[in-house]
This record gives sequence, C-alpha cells and structure tokens, in this order.
Amino acid sequence: MPTFDLAVTPLRDLNQALHDVASGDNDLQFDVVNPRGHHAVAAGVHAPVSIDIHGSVGYYCGGMNEEAVITVHGSAGPGVAENMMSGRITIKGDASQYAGATGCGGLLVIEGNASSRCGISMKGIDIVVRGNIGHMSAFMAQAGNLVVLGDAGDALGDSLYEARIFVRGKVESLGADCIEKEMRAEHIELLSALLAKAGITDARPEEFSRYGSSRKLYNFNVDNADAY
Amino acid sequence: MCGIVGLFLKDKSLEPELGAMLSSMLVTMTDRGPDSAGIAIYGASSGNSAKITIQSARPKKDFSGLEAEMEKELGTEVSIDIKSTHAVVTLPKDRLEEGRAVIADLRPDIRIMSSGDAIEIYKETGLPKDVVSRFAVNSMAGTHGIGHTRMATESAVTTLGAHPFSTGSDQCLVHNGSLSNHNNLRRELKREGMTFETENDTEVAAAYLTAEMAKGKNLGEALEGAVDDLDGFFTFVVGTKSGFGVVRDAIACKPAVMAETDRYVAFGSEYRALVNLPGIEAARVWEPEPATVYFWER
Repeated sequence: MPTFDLAVTPLRDLNQALHDVASGDNDLQFDVVNPRGHHAVAAGVHAPVSIDIHGSVGYYCGGMNEEAVITVHGSAGPGVAENMMSGRITIKGDASQYAGATGCGGLLVIEGNASSRCGISMKGIDIVVRGNIGHMSAFMAQAGNLVVLGDAGDALGDSLYEARIFVRGKVESLGADCIEKEMRAEHIELLSALLAKAGITDARPEEFSRYGSSRKLYNFNVDNADAY
Repeated sequence: MCGIVGLFLKDKSLEPELGAMLSSMLVTMTDRGPDSAGIAIYGASSGNSAKITIQSARPKKDFSGLEAEMEKELGTEVSIDIKSTHAVVTLPKDRLEEGRAVIADLRPDIRIMSSGDAIEIYKETGLPKDVVSRFAVNSMAGTHGIGHTRMATESAVTTLGAHPFSTGSDQCLVHNGSLSNHNNLRRELKREGMTFETENDTEVAAAYLTAEMAKGKNLGEALEGAVDDLDGFFTFVVGTKSGFGVVRDAIACKPAVMAETDRYVAFGSEYRALVNLPGIEAARVWEPEPATVYFWER
C-alpha cells in the first residue's frame, strides 16, 4: 500500500511506480499526499489500481487513464481525465476547464462543479457532474453520456454528434445543431444506470431533460447554412 | 502562456509579509513565463508624499546625482532609493507631475514604471527568481500586490514589454492572453490624449482602463466596459490605490483560480501558486466566471 508524498517525492517517481504495476501484482492501493496542484498526477496509468489523491491537483490529472480507479479528495485543474479510456475518476471538489475532453471510455464523476468545455469532443466516456457545468460543454461531442444535476452554461452541445446530454437544471443556451429531445423509456433506463454507477441516489431520471444533435451539420449542405 | 499572481490583504498583520508571499507565488509560476517577470506593490501611502518608480538600462550613470539635480529643479526635498535597475523617487504629492517632467528633461533615457501615492513597479527580463531577488521583493511590505511571469507572444522580450503596465496614477494591469484589436484601440486612445511607451497589446488594455476611469467610471465599471470593447483572449488582474480587480474574456480559456479567506483575496493562474498561503486548506477556492467582473475595494 505505497504512499507518495509529493512534497518530498518527485512526481515522476509516483507516475513511474504507477506505470510499472504489472499484471498479477497484488499491492494495488496507492495514496498520494500533498499533491499541491501538481500537473499530470497519475497520468497514463494502465492497470487496475486504486489511487487516492489527498488534496487538489493541477492540469491533466488521470489523463489517458485505463482501468485505474482514481479519487481526488480535492479539486482538479484543467483537463482532468483527458482522453480517458476506461476505469473511473472521481473528483470530490470542482473541476476546471475541459474535464473529460476527448475521453473514449470509463466514468468521470465530478461531485462539485465543472467549468467550461466539460466533455469537449468526448468519444465514449460517461461524465456525471453533481453541480453545474460551464459554457461550450460537450462541444463536438461524438459518443458517450454527459449527465449534469445542476445547470449548464452557454452553447451546450455545439456541433454535437452522437453523445447524449442529460441536464436536470436549466440550460443557459444550446449551441448550434443541439436540440432538446424526448426522454423515452430507454433513456430513463440508461440514466438510472449512470446515476447508480456514479453513486447518486438523490436524483430521479425523470427530473432530467435530454439534449442531442439535430444532425444538420454532419455534412455540409447549403440548405442548412443557417444552422452554423 | 503567462503566469499571474495577486494578493489583496484584508488582515493588516500580514502586510509586512506581502512581498515574501507574492515572491513565492510568482516563482511557482516560472514555467508559465520564464522570459521576464514583474511586480506591482502597493505600500503604505505616507501623507503628503508621492512616489515615482523609474528604470534605466544604465542605472549607475542615470541615477547618479539625480536626487540633487531634481531638488535643484523643483526647489523641494526629493529622495531616491536605488534598487538595481530601478529607483523610487519620493517627493511632495503636489509636485508629482512636475517631478515626472523634470525626470524626462534631466534624464531622457529613464523610463517611468509607475507613479502615485502607493504604487511601486519593478520588472525585468530574466527568470522570476532572479527578478525578485534583484529587487529584494521578499522584504517589501504593502496592502496589495500583483505579479506576472511573461511568455512573450505579441511583442519583444524587453524590460518595457514585461508586465505590470501602469498608464495612470496608482493603476496597474497584468495580462495573460493576447488582444486582437489593440492597434485600432491604440489609435483611438492616442486621439484621446493617451501616450504609449511600447507596441505591446497589454499596454493598450491598461490605457483603455485608465481612459475609462478618467471619464469617471470606477474600476468595476471600467472592467465591465473592457469585456465589450477588447477583442481577444484575456485574464486581467488590475490594481488601483485601494482596489484589486479580476476579469476574464467570454471564452475564458486563460486559466484563473481565486481564493478568499478572512485574511486575504488571492489570485493565481494555477492553484499551485496558492498552496503556500496561510489557511489555504480552508479558503473558499473558485474559478472566476467568464465575462464577469470581480473587484475588491478597501
């Protein structure tokens, strides 16, 4: 059960130890203390380890994560869980810009608020935010689910592809080609599962609205020029 | 990319440590801007005197004998405290404008960094740690201060291109980002009588705020105007004699983190810059919203 104190241990030592975890290893619980806003904490992990980070982190925490379960007991700087492939990252506090950007899989749970561009270009990741999200979230999002229990900022889902967005609060404005869609039984079922997975028990799927692409901007068509 | 730090003290007992706290915050932001660094510090204003911070590329030659020559020209007591390439000229408040003119006349190569009741600005090219030690920023006291580490994009790496920029009495501004309408705005501001020392975009933003405040706006109102009138990317932190303000453009891609406790309001481009502040664990920490003005006045 290794503990890394980033006040005295170089970040590279932590990340190297995490990258060195081999299949069959059984010491899979890591604790990180004094992260003090360091960049790239636990980035590039590709093993089923469990990492508890006690404090706030800077840029790109948990980037490219595969299989690891990472919990940040604090807030995260820009680009947390960027390009995550699988596993789970939980942020107990707030997350800065572009949380979960380009994520391909896994689950990102933000228990506080996320700022602008949350889930930008997401490609299969599931993101659940207990608080609010900022402007331009899910911009060009291709696949996956973005669930927001609070409010969404301006231009939600601009130029959206096939990602699904569920918002419980109010949406400041929708981006180009993003529209509100009917919540059918299959969406209630999907959302129930996502909320359960994120450990959220105080929100009912029926309270959410669903947003998605109106699919006018996939290919250029002069008849849709006004949609840009 | 640039780094910004700022500290506005509410608790008087922290004032002797302002320089030390700001220096440590600034050095943490070195990898966001290793080209140059600068700091504006608002010290206690002392009754009837005012301060002009001057800078010279040849300080030995330019500062030598300046005190006596200024006293002779102005017919009043002047004191000059030399700090490396900068010096702080202290003179009676009612002779401030005259003092500026006398300096320009006596030493045309000297640049005025700032003037006012409380502000002092120190900036140079080089690593932040070298810049703060050169001016002994560690030992400076004050009520509030702003620091900047620069990674130049819009103009050359020179002392004058470093931040903070000061274009009005006791005013200063630092910037992370780049403006796209600065040439046009500079022409308009020149027509209104503003003068410019550089081709730098940030200086235009500083001059814009000075011009707006000269029209009677307070800092908060001037910053509201900046959101509409300045085109480009910006996170600004600005200081006045009694105030401290923050504003980001509507896209807000230039990072910003703020922290507030009963003892201070702090700004950092990243959380890293704030981790050594007293009581940071219990502080309210948040990211300033886009196109939203924050300002504190004492």
